[in-house]
Amino acid sequence: MASWAWFHKWGSPRWFYQLSGRLIPWLAVPAVILLCGGFVWGLAFVPADFKQGNSFRIIYIHVPAAAVAMGAYMTMATAGAVHLIWRMKLAAMVMKCIAPVGAALTFLALLTGAVWGKPTWGTWWVWDARITSVLILFFLYLGVIALHQAFDNRDAAAKACAVLAIVGAVNIPIIYWSVEWWYSLHQPASIKFVGESTIHPSMLRPLMATLAGMYLFLGWIVLSYTRAEILERERNTRWVKDLVEGKS
Amino acid sequence: MANSPSLLGVARAVLRRDLTAALRRGSEWSNPLIFFLMVCSLFPLGIGPDPTLLGVLAPGIVWVVALLASLLATDHLFRGDFDDASLEQMLLSPMPLYPQVIAKVLAHWLMTGLPLSLLSPLLALILQMPSGGIGVMTVSLLLGSGALSFIGAIAAALTVGLRKGGLLLSLITLPLYIPVLIFGSSAVQAGAQGLPFGPQLAILAAFLLAALALAPIAISAALRISMDQ
Repeated sequence: MASWAWFHKWGSPRWFYQLSGRLIPWLAVPAVILLCGGFVWGLAFVPADFKQGNSFRIIYIHVPAAAVAMGAYMTMATAGAVHLIWRMKLAAMVMKCIAPVGAALTFLALLTGAVWGKPTWGTWWVWDARITSVLILFFLYLGVIALHQAFDNRDAAAKACAVLAIVGAVNIPIIYWSVEWWYSLHQPASIKFVGESTIHPSMLRPLMATLAGMYLFLGWIVLSYTRAEILERERNTRWVKDLVEGKS
Repeated sequence: MANSPSLLGVARAVLRRDLTAALRRGSEWSNPLIFFLMVCSLFPLGIGPDPTLLGVLAPGIVWVVALLASLLATDHLFRGDFDDASLEQMLLSPMPLYPQVIAKVLAHWLMTGLPLSLLSPLLALILQMPSGGIGVMTVSLLLGSGALSFIGAIAAALTVGLRKGGLLLSLITLPLYIPVLIFGSSAVQAGAQGLPFGPQLAILAAFLLAALALAPIAISAALRISMDQ
């Protein structure tokens, strides 16, 4: 059972609160550096694309937002599954806290996609498979948030949202492969894990920086949000009272 | 334990009970049909009676309205059983929930999806759809509405314990319905234009089978959550 000790430790809100307090600077500082650095690098120093000119530069916001929106959904669904299987309360809190952040990132991806689409494709919006499936992702996030708000009982809300998040996860592979399955306006993936990427290294490096920065940013925001949630839920416990009164 | 019923026996009993109740009430199966008919006939009034325009729009119109009609009926799926506590008895019974859930969804489909599919050729004629699309439409609706029933049942089970579940139900169901709608209407469009429609129907059938296998797990879990609170 010793191997499971760390797992149960993670389930303790108090322990999580203390650890995440120490963890946040390690997420926040690199996130700000990578995001700001990547934006400046991408917007000011990378050469213009020979086909799209300067308009391609929105990639440095659009791609990280879209990728992290999907990653956030999978994290939310995984946290939901952890909550359902091991009854871990903390996973339920993380799940609840990811939903609005993920919805905001999805909205940002849709918005920057529209802004990018106007100069490149000549239209704000097309019913392309990738765009439509990301719109569904946005609706799924909204559904989880609405379902959570509809319950009076917090535990039932968490379990119901976990089921919905897991069911909605079928959309994620559809989004991911939509550009390969339905080849229409949206370009297929330029960054490849296997084989050579079709994007020039000078453009790729700042993109990688903003991508990593955005993941760290997600971790930072979700941890902070979860800490607030922990304090709110545990407000009647000894340790929170001590914390507020400055005893510990 | 001499007369312990079989799984199939339980499923059959639930199916028979639900069908009898629905047939006696009448409104359960007739209201979605009337809704389907009325909303479809609103479109020519709204966009004009031009036959070519209607013919182009018909596959999408019929599919979207069928989806909404099916959604309308989904709210009742567990509501009655929840109110009179027979749902609780289902959960407490020693029999597994899986066959009971499948039987309930099947009864729901027989009362809504099947009549909708059978009525659709009439609406296709009213909306001036090219004749090539009519057969495809019926088949695509038969397959698709089955998947819709299973998907909708997940959301119905999640919201059954809530007082104001109706609007929330549509909010969480519609995103999950979208893939079925896309392939269903594209099959009909292909059929209406005389193009091959096999792949879309195959994908719809795959949706149905996946929903049949996986949705009852989610529905059972959701029902337990709704009863626990």
